[in-house]
Amino acid sequence: MSDAPLVQIRNLSFSRGDRVIFDGVDIDIRRGSVTAIMGPSGTGKTTLLRLIGGQLKPDNGSVLVDGEEVQHLRRGALYRLRKRMGVLFQNGALLTDINVFDNIAFPLREHTSLPETLIRTLVLMKLEAVGLRGARDLMPSELSGGMARRVALARAIAMDPMMMMYDEPFTGQDPISMGVLVRLIRTLNDALGLTSIIVSHDIAETCAIADDVYLLSGGKVVAHGTAEALGKSDSAWAQQFLNGEADGPVAFHYPAADYAEDLMQRENNH
Amino acid sequence: MLDSLQLLGQKGLDFFQRLGRGHMLLLQVLTGLPSLLPRFGLVIKQTYSVGVLSLVIIVVSGLFVGMVLGLQGYNTLVDFGAEESLGVVVALSLVRELGPVVTALLFAGRAGSALTAEIGLMKATEQLSAMEMMAVDPVRRVLAPRFLAGFISMPFLAAIFSAVGVLGGYFVGVGLLGVDDGAYWSQMQDKVDMYDDINNGIIKSLVFGVVVSWIAIFEGNDAIPTSEGVSRATTRTVVHSALAVLGLDFILTALMFGE
Repeated sequence: MSDAPLVQIRNLSFSRGDRVIFDGVDIDIRRGSVTAIMGPSGTGKTTLLRLIGGQLKPDNGSVLVDGEEVQHLRRGALYRLRKRMGVLFQNGALLTDINVFDNIAFPLREHTSLPETLIRTLVLMKLEAVGLRGARDLMPSELSGGMARRVALARAIAMDPMMMMYDEPFTGQDPISMGVLVRLIRTLNDALGLTSIIVSHDIAETCAIADDVYLLSGGKVVAHGTAEALGKSDSAWAQQFLNGEADGPVAFHYPAADYAEDLMQRENNH
Repeated sequence: MLDSLQLLGQKGLDFFQRLGRGHMLLLQVLTGLPSLLPRFGLVIKQTYSVGVLSLVIIVVSGLFVGMVLGLQGYNTLVDFGAEESLGVVVALSLVRELGPVVTALLFAGRAGSALTAEIGLMKATEQLSAMEMMAVDPVRRVLAPRFLAGFISMPFLAAIFSAVGVLGGYFVGVGLLGVDDGAYWSQMQDKVDMYDDINNGIIKSLVFGVVVSWIAIFEGNDAIPTSEGVSRATTRTVVHSALAVLGLDFILTALMFGE
């Protein structure tokens, strides 16, 4: 295994219509680490995961995953690369017409010709890792949000990927499921020798397990470092974001005309 | 004025873009069909849900359409003393026109809309995206089996519709109105041609099968991934399928029977 970062993002630019989402972003994801990508909603954190997974193509710059430039890969090579990536989607994205067991067996049955007994063993091992071996016969609709996310996590690691990407794993979780997930992400990373990328805006939980943190805003990397280093950073923006202050470089008010003038206006009925 | 012109242009561009996307999707689905051979179970499962589960509505509708044909046909024919030909009238109307067309319309409402809603919701809940990231092509895994199932089901459903309709016509004509039993069947046997009538009916229903299934999976796959987007896509499936079926029916009829 080389020392080069597993994911290297260089000068990445991407826009949707007129809206610029990324404007010259550089990110390195070290092998074996847990890297957090944080930023306010709408900064394109999920888009970043889609760019790494090759579902979107950048306008400019490059995304290298394990030495392969994702946007120039042909379909076959891209699919081979994706088999080595696991993604945990925001709502789990479990297939709703099959039960928990079959959901986790799905990638194994699609990509391997393993005998059914071996698939059963593998599925039960993955379920045991997320603590849901007893829930194998439930349908996705019968799971709570936290359980669904853990099942989706088991499915994502079913093919023993080299890296995991988590899209807002903590959103909408009660404190207990949140704690379980936080611990799971770190333990799985270390036990399975993964490289993990967490996209999130839950600061405390994410900082607790991240080795590296990138703060994104306005299409650029605003700050980068370990969680402690960022806490001491003198960037006003980073301080506002990490401490959750209502006003600062990111203004509380949406841009508008002068308040007094707006109130005095009578002709307009808005 | 300029604004409305611009709007018109925008609508036109959108239309052609959608048409283009639709054809690209059809191409992807067709090239994905061979990959279904080793896993035909997927197709059988879908054939069950789009075909077998549509049987009830097809049988009931076929029965009533046949009964109406028997009644109307009898009332017209009896004026000319030609009520013996009722079997021919019922069978030809069904096999040539009503069988394929009404089946396609019912199929679009019963199965097409369900396909669109299912695929649209899978898109909205990121299931299709998740498949892509698991290196499973949703076009081959989800769309192609549903398309093929629709294509396979349509001619069978149309045949069942026509057969039940003929029985419905028999029930009203022979059973209630007293047309001669032997004449009903023998005239039908004599006048319904395998090549001209039956084959052309089958060709129609195969064409409708392709078109309705294609529209249904395309609308699902192209739906805006919100509840409103899926509901609009479902409506569009039914409306576009109905228009396409009726329009194509005229063209096909002109080609087949237009001398």
